[in-house]
Amino acid sequence: MTHAASTSGQPSGPSIATPRLPWRIRAAMISRLFAVQASWNYEILIGNGIGFCVEPALRLLPGGTGGATYREALARQCQYFNAHPYLASFAVGALARAELDGQPAARIERFRSALCSPLGSVGDRLVWVGLLPSCSFGALLLFGLGATPLACVLAFLLLYNVGHVSLRLWGLQMGWAQGLTVAAALGHPILRTGPDWLARAGTFLAGAAIPLVVMRLVDGGGLPRVGISLALAAVGAGALVLFHGRVEGWRLALFAGFAALVLFLLRHA
Amino acid sequence: MIVDVLVLGMLGALLGLDVVSFPQAQISRPLVGATIGGAFMGDVGVGLLCGVVLELFAHETLPFGASRYPEWGSSSPIAGAAAAAGAAVGSMPMSLLFAVPFGLLAASLGGWSMVKLRQLNARLARRRLEALARGSARTVAGLQVAGACADLIRAGALSMGAAACALPAVRWVATQQSPLEVYAVPMLASLGGAVAAGAAWKMFHSTPGTRWFGIAGLAFGTLCVIVLAR
Repeated sequence: MTHAASTSGQPSGPSIATPRLPWRIRAAMISRLFAVQASWNYEILIGNGIGFCVEPALRLLPGGTGGATYREALARQCQYFNAHPYLASFAVGALARAELDGQPAARIERFRSALCSPLGSVGDRLVWVGLLPSCSFGALLLFGLGATPLACVLAFLLLYNVGHVSLRLWGLQMGWAQGLTVAAALGHPILRTGPDWLARAGTFLAGAAIPLVVMRLVDGGGLPRVGISLALAAVGAGALVLFHGRVEGWRLALFAGFAALVLFLLRHA
Repeated sequence: MIVDVLVLGMLGALLGLDVVSFPQAQISRPLVGATIGGAFMGDVGVGLLCGVVLELFAHETLPFGASRYPEWGSSSPIAGAAAAAGAAVGSMPMSLLFAVPFGLLAASLGGWSMVKLRQLNARLARRRLEALARGSARTVAGLQVAGACADLIRAGALSMGAAACALPAVRWVATQQSPLEVYAVPMLASLGGAVAAGAAWKMFHSTPGTRWFGIAGLAFGTLCVIVLAR
C-alpha cells in the first residue's frame, strides 16, 4: 500500500492489512455506484461508469487531481468494461485498491479484462434470475393471500433492496479489501450457492403465488370459474414451455389485447 | 386532464430512470409503478390489479445487459393510472382489459427508446474519447450526467405521450357496454398466469432440486385456492 491511509498509519501490503478508505471517499464511491450505468452504451458499456465510481479514490494518488498519475489512472478506468451493475462494486473497490497500491498499468488492465465475465454471469444468476423473481413472486403471493396494496409494494421493495444495497456495499468492501485477489471473493458461498437457493425459493413462491393470484384476480364466481382460469393458465404455460425460444408470452398477450380492441371497436362502429 | 398527463409524465420519468440509470431499486417494476399510478388517479386497488397482471408478464422479460427488453418504468404508472381512470367512470374489467395491453405496448416502445438512448450515449462517448484518454474527470462526470438526463427526458416524453393517449381512450372504452366484460379479467388472469408459470420454468428449471420446490409451492397454492375460493 503506497498512497491510501492504512489502519495503523503505516504502509502495508495487501496481504498484511486492509488500508482504510477515508469515509468521505467511500461515501462518494457508494453514492456513485447507484449511477454506474447512467451512460451505458454499445461502445464502452459501463466503462465510463466504472471510471466515474473509482474517481473519488484516485484523488488520493500523488499529485492529486492535477497529477499525471491521476489522469493516467482515470483514463485506464474509463475503458470498455462490462459487469452486472450491482457486482460492479467488486470491480470498483478492487480497481481503486490496485491503483492506490501503485500496481503496474499492464497488470491492472489484464485484471480489468479478466473481471468482466465472472461479474456478469454471477450477477445475472444471483440477481436477475434469483433475487428479483423471488421477491416479485413473494409479493405476488402476499397479493394472492389478500394483503393490502401498501403491504405488497413495501414487502417487495424492502426484500429486494435489502439484497440489492447489501450487495453493492459488500462488493465495494470486498473489492477494496482483496484488491487484485478479489476473484477469490467470487467463490464466497453467497455468490456460489446463493443463486441455487434463490432459484429454489423462487420456484416454491411461483408455484404458490400463481394459483392464488389468478384466484384473487378472478375474484368471484367460485371454484369453477377459478378452476377454468387456472386450467387455461396451465395449458398456456405448457405451450409456452413447449415453444420456448420461439414465442414470447407477453407479445402474445399484447396481440390478444389488441385483437380484443379491434373486436370491441367493430362492435361499436 | 393536462395536469394529470404532466404529473404522470414526471412520475414516468422518475420510474423510467430507475430501470437502468439510477438507482435500479426496482421502483420501476409494474407492481410498484402501476400501483402508484392508480393511487395518483384515486384508486390504488385498481392500480395494484393492473400492476399484478403486468408483473406476471414482466417475469418473462429480464433486464439482461445489452439485450432489448420492455421498459416498465415509464409504462406501468400510465397503465395503472389509465385503469383507475377508466374504473372511476365505467367498468373496471374493461378498463383493465385495455390498460394492460396499452402498458405492454408502451413498455415495448420504451425498450426501443432505450436502444436509441444507448446509441446516443455511444455517440456522445465517441466524440469525447480523446478527453477520456486524457483522464478528464469533467468529461467522465459529464457523460454520466448527460446519459442520466437524456434517460429522464426519454422516459418523461414517453410517459406523457402514453398518458395523453391512454387516459381518454380507456375512459371511453370503460363507459361502453360490451359482452367482453365478463371474460376480461379471467382472460387477463389466465394469460398472466400462463406467462409467469412459463417464465418461472425457463428461469429455474436448470437448477438441481427446483422441481420439488415447485411441486410443493403448487400444492400449497392449490390448497389455499380450494379453501379460499369456496
